[in-house]
Amino acid sequence: MSAGPTLRVIEANARAYRRTWRGSIVTTVVSPVLYLAAMGLGLGSLVSHAHAALGGVGYVSFIAPGLLAATAMQTAAGEAAWPVMAGIKWVKTYHAALATPVGVVELVTGNLAWIAVRLVITALVFGAVTVAFGAVPAAGAAAAAGPALLTGMAFAAPVTAYTAVSEQDTRLTSLFRFGIVPMFLFSGTFFPVSQLPGWLQPVAYATPLFHGVELTRAVALGLPTAWPAAAHAGYLLAFVVVGWAAAIPAMRRRLQP
Amino acid sequence: MGDVSTIRAPSRRERGHEPLVEAHSLTKRFGDFVAVDGIDFAIRRGEAFGFLGPNGAGKTSTMRMIACVSPVTEGELRVFGLDPRRDGERIRARLGVVPQDDTLDLELTVHENIYIYGRYFGLPPAVLRERAAELLDFMQLSERAHDRVEPLSGGMKRRLTIARALVNEPDLLILDEPTTGLDPQARHALWDRLYRLKQRGVTLIITTHYMDEAEQLCDRLVVMDRARIAAEGSPRELIARYSTREVVELRFPLGAQDAAIAALDGLAERAEVLPDRVLLYTEDGDATVAAVARRGVEPESTVVRRSTLEDVFLHLTGRSLIE
Repeated sequence: MSAGPTLRVIEANARAYRRTWRGSIVTTVVSPVLYLAAMGLGLGSLVSHAHAALGGVGYVSFIAPGLLAATAMQTAAGEAAWPVMAGIKWVKTYHAALATPVGVVELVTGNLAWIAVRLVITALVFGAVTVAFGAVPAAGAAAAAGPALLTGMAFAAPVTAYTAVSEQDTRLTSLFRFGIVPMFLFSGTFFPVSQLPGWLQPVAYATPLFHGVELTRAVALGLPTAWPAAAHAGYLLAFVVVGWAAAIPAMRRRLQP
Repeated sequence: MGDVSTIRAPSRRERGHEPLVEAHSLTKRFGDFVAVDGIDFAIRRGEAFGFLGPNGAGKTSTMRMIACVSPVTEGELRVFGLDPRRDGERIRARLGVVPQDDTLDLELTVHENIYIYGRYFGLPPAVLRERAAELLDFMQLSERAHDRVEPLSGGMKRRLTIARALVNEPDLLILDEPTTGLDPQARHALWDRLYRLKQRGVTLIITTHYMDEAEQLCDRLVVMDRARIAAEGSPRELIARYSTREVVELRFPLGAQDAAIAALDGLAERAEVLPDRVLLYTEDGDATVAAVARRGVEPESTVVRRSTLEDVFLHLTGRSLIE
């Protein structure tokens, strides 16, 4: 892998983003704010603060880091799905990049690095909102950008590989309908996984989002985690590494047959 | 007497004639499908080299291997003397590629498309600003520099794609069907620009299934058919070798062609019977037309024309270039 071309892929993404960032603001900031207001303040007023499963914090504080992790997931998966399909198939900008010194490794890595930049920005903006809601202390919100980034990348990398092997965009819609949305609802974002029926709990534990939520919540609020923090992080990191390693040959087969 | 084994002819590089692109038994397979079947060719610096053939002949697969975006299955390929398998990044740094489908970023402006592409080559921003202005001027796009790409016409998008491909001042410009889908006016405008590039000494590789395009632009070309090279030479050489000076085209009323064919026997060096007309290959078209009349054959229309590469292709493959 060459550093120069990888950096230039990031730069190209950043330049294109200057034209498209307005559209992304809605998904990355406005919707979580709405969730935080409706669920955290509205629904949260009905939830007993003393409930043991919440770890002794108020409901809005409980869901704020969860939403941060889930937003990272959605942003990352979204960025690794439709824009990647556009680069491969609809607008073919990836084909343009690959006609230059940029190779598949640099293209995939540069795009993932750009998603990482997007995730950090999103996490910090979102963190500021949670602080404004009084849900999370400022230091916790800032620190939570780290695990939120890791959570997002655990999706960005494998979803890139998935998009690279998907012929039609209906596969992307399916991924969200049957993967991302259920995870969003059942991986500890809105309520502890311990509240799920027993048979469903192992499924929730297997999802990367569960580990992302655990880690983000622990860092933001200083709560204990289900597993040691390093184990959660390692689980997520495995998704990043395996996803990245799978995305490169998948993209090569797709773009350079 | 010196040791004979140390005496060797000067290498082609030393003589300055090293081909820019050289292929030996170049083969591309996709599973069981053979897209390119052991072809040989050499492209010299400064020439415009064409790959002429119908869709599916293997032209694009060949271009993609030269552009180092498709691995060679078998055989030898050298671009600038380098091996695409190992030196793809170095080769691509010196190439300009105009793909068959536009790959412009539609959300960006005309200028931004060139700028971002140039950044992929690592060119500094100051150089790029200057070069983008020059290229847009050359491609007659300066007035649209800060417009978004999406609403541009097909001809403008093609010109922008070519401008973008020139941003790294490539030693070799690869154009894969540069004018497919353009109206005649846009095609001629594009040919004019390509002709100017050729005059500046840019080496061009052009694939096309338009014989007039090949005749206009190419110094030398290969005719590809079914993954192989059927013939090679300059347009004039190919016509001289595989066709006659003139062609008489006869069209008959519906249903009358079959009856007429027998009567035409022996009137020309060679005849091709197409579904809608009969082609008579001859050195003297007018004399042949007169001979047709003497035999009492009365076609609906008669055209005498010079031979083209289309006739070469028809002769080599028995099929029309564009079906």
